[in-house]
Parts: sequence; C-alpha cells; structure tokens
Amino acid sequence: MTLNQFGTDLLVLLPLTFLLGWASLLLLADLFIPARKQGVMAALAALGLAVSLVLTLMQKGSTLAFGGMVVLDGFSVFLNVLFLASGLVAVALAYDYLKHMHLERGTYYILLLFSIGGMMLMGMSADLIIVFLALELLSIPLYVLSGFARPAEKSEEAAIKYFLLGAFASGFVVYGIALVFGATGTTSFAGIVGAVKTNALLNPSLLTLGGALLLIGLGFKAAVVPFHMWTPDVYHGAPTSVTAFMALGAKAAGFAALLRIFLTLFPSLSADFTPILWVLAALTMFLGNVVAIAQRNIKRMLAYSSIAHAGYLLMALVPYGHSGLSGDVSASLLFYLVAYGLTNFGVWSVVMLLERAEGKGLALDDYAGLGRKYPALAASMTVFMLSFAGVPPTLGFVGKFYLFRTVLEGGYIWLALIGVLTSLISAYYYLRVVVIMYMHDGEPESLSAPWLKASAWVTAIGLVVFTFASGVLFTWASQALLTTF
Amino acid sequence: MDFLMHPLNLVTFFPLLGVLVILFLKQEQKNAIRWVALVTSLITFGISLAVLAQFNASNPDLQLTINEPWIQVAGWNIHYSLGVDGLSILLLLLTTFLTPISILSTWTAIDERVKDFMIFFLLLEVGMSGVFLAQDLFLFYVFWEFTLVPMYFLIGIWGGPNRMYAAIKFFLYTMAGSILMLLAILWLGIHQGTFSVPELIAKGGIPADVQLWLFIAFATAFAIKVPMWPLHSWLPDAHVQAPTAGSVILAGVLLKMGTYGFLRFNLPLFPQAAVKAAPVMAVLAVIGILYGAAVSYAQTDVKKLVAYSSISHLGFVMLGLFALNPQGVQGAILQMINHGLSTGALFLLVGMVYERRHTREMDKFGGLWKVTPVYGALTLIVTLSSMGLPGLNGFVGEFTILLGAWGAGDAGGVLGSHYYAGFAALGVILAAVYMLFMFQKLFLGPVTHEENKKLSDLNWREIATIVPLLLFIFWIGLYPKPFFGLMAPAVEKMVTLVHSAALAALP
Repeated sequence: MTLNQFGTDLLVLLPLTFLLGWASLLLLADLFIPARKQGVMAALAALGLAVSLVLTLMQKGSTLAFGGMVVLDGFSVFLNVLFLASGLVAVALAYDYLKHMHLERGTYYILLLFSIGGMMLMGMSADLIIVFLALELLSIPLYVLSGFARPAEKSEEAAIKYFLLGAFASGFVVYGIALVFGATGTTSFAGIVGAVKTNALLNPSLLTLGGALLLIGLGFKAAVVPFHMWTPDVYHGAPTSVTAFMALGAKAAGFAALLRIFLTLFPSLSADFTPILWVLAALTMFLGNVVAIAQRNIKRMLAYSSIAHAGYLLMALVPYGHSGLSGDVSASLLFYLVAYGLTNFGVWSVVMLLERAEGKGLALDDYAGLGRKYPALAASMTVFMLSFAGVPPTLGFVGKFYLFRTVLEGGYIWLALIGVLTSLISAYYYLRVVVIMYMHDGEPESLSAPWLKASAWVTAIGLVVFTFASGVLFTWASQALLTTF
Repeated sequence: MDFLMHPLNLVTFFPLLGVLVILFLKQEQKNAIRWVALVTSLITFGISLAVLAQFNASNPDLQLTINEPWIQVAGWNIHYSLGVDGLSILLLLLTTFLTPISILSTWTAIDERVKDFMIFFLLLEVGMSGVFLAQDLFLFYVFWEFTLVPMYFLIGIWGGPNRMYAAIKFFLYTMAGSILMLLAILWLGIHQGTFSVPELIAKGGIPADVQLWLFIAFATAFAIKVPMWPLHSWLPDAHVQAPTAGSVILAGVLLKMGTYGFLRFNLPLFPQAAVKAAPVMAVLAVIGILYGAAVSYAQTDVKKLVAYSSISHLGFVMLGLFALNPQGVQGAILQMINHGLSTGALFLLVGMVYERRHTREMDKFGGLWKVTPVYGALTLIVTLSSMGLPGLNGFVGEFTILLGAWGAGDAGGVLGSHYYAGFAALGVILAAVYMLFMFQKLFLGPVTHEENKKLSDLNWREIATIVPLLLFIFWIGLYPKPFFGLMAPAVEKMVTLVHSAALAALP
C-alpha cells in the first residue's frame, strides 16, 4: 500500500473517523464538565455531528478503500447524511427531554455518537466483517441507552431484553457470514460477487442459507415480523428520546445493510429470496398495523406502527432481483426512510412534550383536549398521523406512492394490494389519535421545551412543504446509487 | 407571477389567503373571522365568474390550461396540470357558489371554535376546486384525498351526537376506495408513462382485460363517493351527523366528485370497459334510485330523509352517465348541479328549523305553515324542485336523463333495454311521494305541539342564503339552454370518443 493510497483511504473514512475520535475526546471531556452544565456536552456533540456532516457533504464519487473493506458511493453518502442529521435532531430532543426527566448525564451524547458511527459504517461496508463490526458498534451503545433511565425498572427491562435478543440476532449474522464464507471462500463483497459470477461456488446452497441467516439478523434490527418481538417492550421501556432515535436509526441501518447485501450480492438468488421477502413484508405490514389498533399507550402504538413501516420498506425490497429495478428499489427505500424519519422525529417530539415522569402522560387518552389547548401542537400531530397513514398532502404519501410504484413495477400486484389495505387499517388507529386530540375533552399539559416544540413544528411544516417540492428529494434519492462490484 | 395569477390557480388557491388572515385572528374575534371567510369565498366566487367569462363554450377541449413539470426524475412524469372544460366548468361554479352560502348559513349555528371551522371550510374549498380542475392523475389524487381531511374535522368536531363514529366511517370508507384507485393510477403511470389525463386518453391502447380491472379500481373509489348502492352506508351517518354547512357541501359538492370522476376518468380512459360495464352500472343506478326512494319514505328524521333521497337522485346521475349518449350525459351533469342546489337548499332549511327546535323528528312538527309562512313557502319550492316538478330545475335534469336512458335502450344503444328508463321513471313518482309526505308532516294540518306556536320565521340572513339557490332553481327550470350550451360540445366530443374507441377495439 502506497502512502498515496493510504491518504485516499483516510479521506473516504474521514467523516466517520472524525466522529468517533470526537466521541472519544468527549469521553475525556465529560470528566471535567460539571454535572450542572450538561448543555455543554450536548452542544459539543452537536458540533461534532455538524462537522462530520459537512465533511460528508463534501464527499463525492465512488471509491473502494482499505483494500475493499469499505466503500464510498452515492448510497453511503445519502445514508450518512441521514444518520448525521437524525443525530443532530436526536441531540436536540435529548437535551430537552433529559433535563425534564432528570436524566442529564454526558455519557448519553457520547453513546449516541458511537452508535451513529456504527450506522455510518453500516452504510459504507463492502465486506461482511465490516457489516458485523458496524452492527455491533451501533447496537451496543443502543443497549446501554435503552437502560439509561435506570433505576426505572421498565428501562432496565428494555435494556436487558434488547441486549439478549440483539445478541442472539448478532449470532445469526455471524453464522450467516460464516456460511457465505463457506460457500465462496471470502467475505469481501467483490470476492463474493466474483465467485457467484464465475460460478466458482464451493457450495451454492450454503450461500442461500447464509443469505437467509443474514436476513434474519438484519431483519431483527429493522423490526421485521417475526423478528419484532422486542420492539414494543423496548420502545416502551427505553427513555423516549432513545426510542425516537432508535426508531429511525436502527431501522435505517438495518435496511441499509439489507439493501446493499441483497442488491449487490444476491440478485442471482432472487428466485429463492423473493417469495420469502414477499411473505415477510406482507406479515409485517399486517401484524404491525392490526396489533397497533389494540394499543392504548402511545409508545406501544408507535412501536407497532414502526413495525408496520418496516413492512412497507421491506415490500419495496421484494422486486430487488429484477434487472433494471435495483435503482428504484434503493431510491424508493431511501426516499421513504427520509419521509418516515421526519414524521418519526416529529411524532416523538410531541410524545416527549406530553410525557410526565414515571411513565405518566403516555396513554392515548392523555391527548384529549390537545386540539383546544395547544392548537399548533395538535395540528402538527395531525400532520404526522396523516403522513404515517399516507394521506396527502404529506411527504408520507409521496413516499408510499414511490414504494408502491416499485412494487407494481416488479409486478407484485397482490403485495401492493395487501400494502394499501393495511394502510387503510393503519388510518383507523392514526385517526383515533386525531379524534382524541380534537373531539374529546381534557386538560393536557405540555412541557415548555423549546427544542421539542421547534422539532415538532419544523418537521410538520417540512412534511407538507416537501410534498410540493419533492423533486429535490427525488433527485437526490435516485442519484444515491450503489456501487456495483 | 403569470403562473401565480393564472385564473385557475387563483380560483383554487385564493381561499388559502383567507386561511392565512384567519390564522392571525384570535379565537374570540368570531365575527371578524366569519367576515373574512365570507368575503374570501365571495371573492373566490368572483374569480370563478372571471373564469367563466374567459371560457369559450363552443370549444370542446380543455381551456385555460396550466401544464408545468412537477416531478420529473427517476422515470416519474408528473405535471402540475390544471384545466377546465365543459365537463367541469359548472361543477367549479357550483363549488364556489355553495361555499359562501354555506359559510353564511353558519353565522349563528357555529359558535364554538369558529376559527378552526372557517379554516377547515376554506381548505375544503381548495381541495374541491382542485379535484374539478386537476388534469394530472397524481395531482388529482392529492386533491381528492385532501378533501377528506377538512371534511373529517367538520363532521368530527361540529357534528351531532354520534359525530366521531360518522367522521371515522366517512374517512375510512372513502379511503378504502381511493387506495384501489391509487394502485390503478400507478399502473397507468408505469405502463403508459404519463399521469396526464389528456395524454392518457390520446394514447389509449390499454388491453381490454386490464381496462376492466382499472375500471373497477377507479369505479370503486368513485362509487363509494357517489355513493352507489350497495356502497352507500357511510352516507346517512355522515350526512346526519355533519353540521348543516357540512351537509350542504357534502351533498352539494363532495358527492359530485364521485360522479365527476366517472365522467372525467372512467368513461374516456377505459372506453371498452365502460361500454361493457354500462348495463351493470345502470342496474346499480336503478337499484339506487328505487332503494333510496323507498328508504327515504321510511324515515322519521327529516335530515335522514334528505340524506337517503341523495342516493336516489345520484342514481339518476349515474344512469345518465352510463347511457353513454349525449343526452344522458348532459342530463347527468345538469342533474349534478340540480342536486347540489335543491339538496343543498333542503339541508339549509332543515338546519334552520333544527337551530330553533333542536330536533328533526317529523312527529315534533306539523302545521308550521301557519306559524312560519315564509319558511313554508321557500321549503315548498325546494321540495317541488327536488321531486322534479316541471318548470323547476329537477324536472329538466331527470327528464333529459330518462330520454338518454331510453335512447340507450334502443337497439344499438349500450343498455339495450327500455326497462332501465322504465324503472327509473318510477323513482320520479316515488320522489313525489316521500317529498310531499315530508312536506305534509312538517307544514300542513293543525299545530300539534305547543313549542311550535312561538317559532320565529326566517330572518333576513337566512332568506339571503336560500334566495340565490332559488334563483338558479327557477333559471334552470325555465331556461336551461345556457347551461346545456356550456357543456354540450365537450360532452359530444367525449361520447364520440368513448364510442369510437370501444368500436375500434371490436375484433
């Protein structure tokens, strides 16, 4: 390796190394920052994220680095921007939320940064070993964050549950990697693609099995049925600011890996995987939406709603094997991730604004009277509910439109039908929130938390405005191409 | 600037200006809010008259079109495309005409959360105008679904005792239909490469079996909205629970979005399927006419009676559309307007008595004519118009439709049997029965209830909301020519197109 090569390698990873280095520095700094001034930690974390974001935005082109272990392409840049931006929002939300819940500890932000680093690495991985490394880097801080509200029992329970099941899922990923290695003799994407192309497979059925195990492990992160069991409990038990971040970040990272692995490594196995993905997507959409109806706690309802949205995302992955559709598959998924992410942060901001200590203020009935007392907040919440349900004029509608187009282009009409019918089911429980806010009487009390409020309003306005100016997002998502090996 | 000041953009989005002003007013400034809403909707009506002035009735094509590229990446071909032609101009005018009337009718009826009410009402107007003007399927769908949101709130917040149930049912029912249409729209976008309606019509060439599926998907969405029997069960709930102004707009305009959808999309986009499905649709329409009439007769609640009568009247519209001849379709369009005027007026009148007595049970009234002669006279005219008395608007529409349906029953017509027209004509008689029955129960005989003796007659504001409607009821009844003149060339062209496309596809 020449020095020159080393230089480009470093440049490719610069945003990530900067972020992780910054996080390590903050670990030290945390020792010197008094407990009363945790705002400084939040500001420093935000600064690190912002710098990394700028560095990411300056990245261009498509390069392999570190001997083909990581890759920089439009896809990874798109995702990294998404992760970093969501990190910035997560810091803002956490700052207000932790203060009101008396959980202010600097480690929160440091763990957040490490987790984001793992997510970024996930989007850039070009080797199954890196996939695993990224998975652990993003997961372990999340396990800790889930239990951040200790000694609250619910939070500790969430952490232990997430950790045990998560470790189990990681096992699946490792086993999958081992099997793929057994089939092809390599873990690098380029090597696997080469082996598949030249038909130099040691054992073809091992490759399929390995892919299936990877699907299970990553499906766990993305909360796909039947690997979703942890979701409601963890979403419910974890501090809400962690849930908000996890609902987007972990899901997006899971799908980033699924997209890259399936679209680049396994298009030739689509005959085996398409039916599996079809069934998983249909099950996820159905179960998530139906069970959400029965929930009376907003966090649990949103947890099932997030499972349902994993189903919609997975639905667009079904036609991944059709040549000529891979661009639409990844672009529609990325587009929807943005729409989902915006809605997600908005909705959780509102939840945090109404949450009270010791898990109070989380029942759906606690939203009664919101429309009268806090019209702007209720209007924002309405926008989020409509966006989740896919009703125009919100970005959620445009995103779903794109997902359904991809599915129909692949010719999966029945899956699309299941998709729209489950959307109809979902409209019922999303609208129920609106009914409660506007049509029941109550005296809700909102926190006076400027960041949370700003986040709710800005995302609500953004969701509507971006519907009409969605061309920008479309262009960006459709240019976020995956490198082919 | 030219784009913003384009008459169709103005007429669609001008109400937003009112919304903006209202946002800056306080909830307590009720009268200011009402005035802003009223003036905004009146100006919007003025703009729609300006559109009418620029409209060339002899031109059968879309006019005043806007066609700006909107989303043009990744194989999307979506345009921001508006236009008006003979099929939609009257419906646009109906929308902008009924909105100020409805707002005026809420002056004292809506006293809670006036600010929110007016905001939703003006937003609703934006959606409705957009539906009638959009010429791109994506844009159309955005407007179409958007109208659900404000209407949902109008029913759910200001409605009757069972309002939440009615609001959710309304939303879910309509959405169930529209998501099927969404898939059909996507199919068209993918396989025909465009969402633009005129382009899709010009392109044609959709295989017959696919056409049938697409037809069904679109038809489900529109049939729920109309509503056609047997998809009507949301309507009585929504109508009865909605506040008066909501009912007026629901019956007057929102239902027309369904029939308009058939006219604008189902017929010209899927001509073969339309011709094939015509007898089925006509049977459903006739069932709707008779069923609606029979159920109306059985009601004890005036508002429910009027609601069910809508099913019957809209059945006529559907029958006219699927006669697939110029007379039938022209009659159908005119009947859409007629129903908007008469049923709108009926809901207003029912609302006025409800405001005074807080009941709508027919048993609680009787002999009102003696107490409130002005109210009685106005109601009589509207009742007669609704049942199709010659000389008033309802007669012209229904008669033209029956002529069309009869013509379509001749050998070579799409229906191929005169039974359709025959049974539909029964509906006219039944309408007379239930309408007169209602009138008799409310207004004739002795005053049986003590409370009714002190009822005050209509005030000037209330008369002012009814009189404009009466004006058109008489105008269309006595001299319908200008109204037919506005739509005739466009209808002629559309019908010819459907028939030639369907014929060309025959082996």
